[in-house]
Amino acid sequence: MIDIWTLLTIFTLACFVGYFVVWGVTPALHSPLMSVTNAISGVVIIGALIIAGRTEMSFENKILGLVAVFLASVNIFGGFAVTHRMLVMFKKNKKKGE
Amino acid sequence: MTESIVSASYLFAGLLFILSIRGLASPETARRGNFFGFMGTMIAIAATLYSPVTNEYLWVFLAILLGAIVGIFSALKVKMTSLPQMIALLNGTGSLVSVLIALAEIRNGSIAYFELIMGLVIGAIAFTGSLVAFSKLQGLWFAKRRGFFMQKTVNLALILGMLFLGIAFYQTQNMNYFYALAGIALVFGITAVAPIGGADMPVVISLLNSYSGWALVFVGFSLSNVLLIIVGSMVGASGLILSYIMSKAMNRSLRNILLGGFGKRAVTSQQDDEEKYAKTGSPEDAAFIMKNASKVIIVPGYGMAVSQAQHIVESLSKLLEKNGVEVKFAIHPVAGRMPGHMNVLLAEANVPYEKVFELEEINREFSTADVAYVIGANDVTNPVAKTDSNSPIFGMPVLDVEKAKTVFFVKRSLNSGYSGVDNPLFYHENTSMLYGDAKKVTEQVVAALEKA
Repeated sequence: MIDIWTLLTIFTLACFVGYFVVWGVTPALHSPLMSVTNAISGVVIIGALIIAGRTEMSFENKILGLVAVFLASVNIFGGFAVTHRMLVMFKKNKKKGE
Repeated sequence: MTESIVSASYLFAGLLFILSIRGLASPETARRGNFFGFMGTMIAIAATLYSPVTNEYLWVFLAILLGAIVGIFSALKVKMTSLPQMIALLNGTGSLVSVLIALAEIRNGSIAYFELIMGLVIGAIAFTGSLVAFSKLQGLWFAKRRGFFMQKTVNLALILGMLFLGIAFYQTQNMNYFYALAGIALVFGITAVAPIGGADMPVVISLLNSYSGWALVFVGFSLSNVLLIIVGSMVGASGLILSYIMSKAMNRSLRNILLGGFGKRAVTSQQDDEEKYAKTGSPEDAAFIMKNASKVIIVPGYGMAVSQAQHIVESLSKLLEKNGVEVKFAIHPVAGRMPGHMNVLLAEANVPYEKVFELEEINREFSTADVAYVIGANDVTNPVAKTDSNSPIFGMPVLDVEKAKTVFFVKRSLNSGYSGVDNPLFYHENTSMLYGDAKKVTEQVVAALEKA
């Protein structure tokens, strides 16, 4: 177990990093920003993996965990794929525009 | 040793996630950013499976594989015009995961009550809220209705109910309270988003995006997982900033939007009995005038998305450029149904992004433009926002289209926009209305241009 103050420190610093990085995103890419943060939040899958994979979990909890792994996986692959599709469109236009 | 490897991998993944968002600072680096994000996620999964905490591989692998197939398949199949719905839906699934984790953790005897209660509640609200947003964006019939009987009282009661059940569970650890809490949070997600109208969707989607991040933070605290906390706070911050930008672009407070749309005042304050006359133009006139213009600014709005007119609009701009006309696109931050919606549609239609400008960048140029071609945008061009302090949209930054020598408004009717405020621009002497579907009208304009 990590000390709660360590976790709070990390949390606070991460909020600041997020704040500054997100303000740097160009407005034209706000849609991809939403879908990429969506995809990244799929990393919640590691929580689901811990639930599904822990030996002392009851059968029902394991099922809950597996459903969670499935949903998070949809989120990850769907999210990154959709973002990729959007960004390819922006990329392709650069070449044509020149 | 193993633990160090896992921790180091989490740190590395966290850095990749920061670089991933950082990449979106410019379209050139954006795809690399997306790849970084994907790598980060894969590293995090690998490290978690490698760590001794997890001892289940076959079923977990099958679940991931199945999810990957469903996710990739739907991402590749979805039409670009359905993008806002897709994002709302994915946000919903992500939030549901936080709910399931909180549920399983509590059932397994975790004592991180506060964190899990918060993760559960926020995740559940974001989950059903996203589903309602999805139904509204998809135009499902049951989602049309805005507002319901005693809506504010009901929502207040639900909030108090959640507060009570949360405290009750914290004190007694009786599982029934926890399930009831989950149920109420799910209901609240529905009743909170249901009254919010379509044009406020950019704010709602961003806010729900933010909620899914905060839910993640609390789950991270309950599991003492550093990576989840980092990712959650970045996602939460991103959603909050987007909501802020969007509500700023409408000059409305978040509170006002969340309480559900514009007030009734909107309709009454604008009524005057004077007969007003809106000039109707023909696509041929529009073609002729634009062909002889030296600068045309195209202002796309939700109407372009609805009729999927982006491709024909692109042909129009190409044709005009061939005739030596300078063409630019002007985008209001809240045009469409999600942040950056118009940019994506124009990108899909191959409009080079150097020609697409944000409100502040281009607003001064309307005075030097010969033609403003407005496609299904209304409130974001309404000059009342600058002049009438009684108007509900007063103070909202708008595009100064009225400063162009000629304004063409492609619109289905003279009806006012989402805010219910009449647009005096329609009756302006330099304005010609082109009634009809955005796509059909623009097709006619292009046809006339090709003939000429």
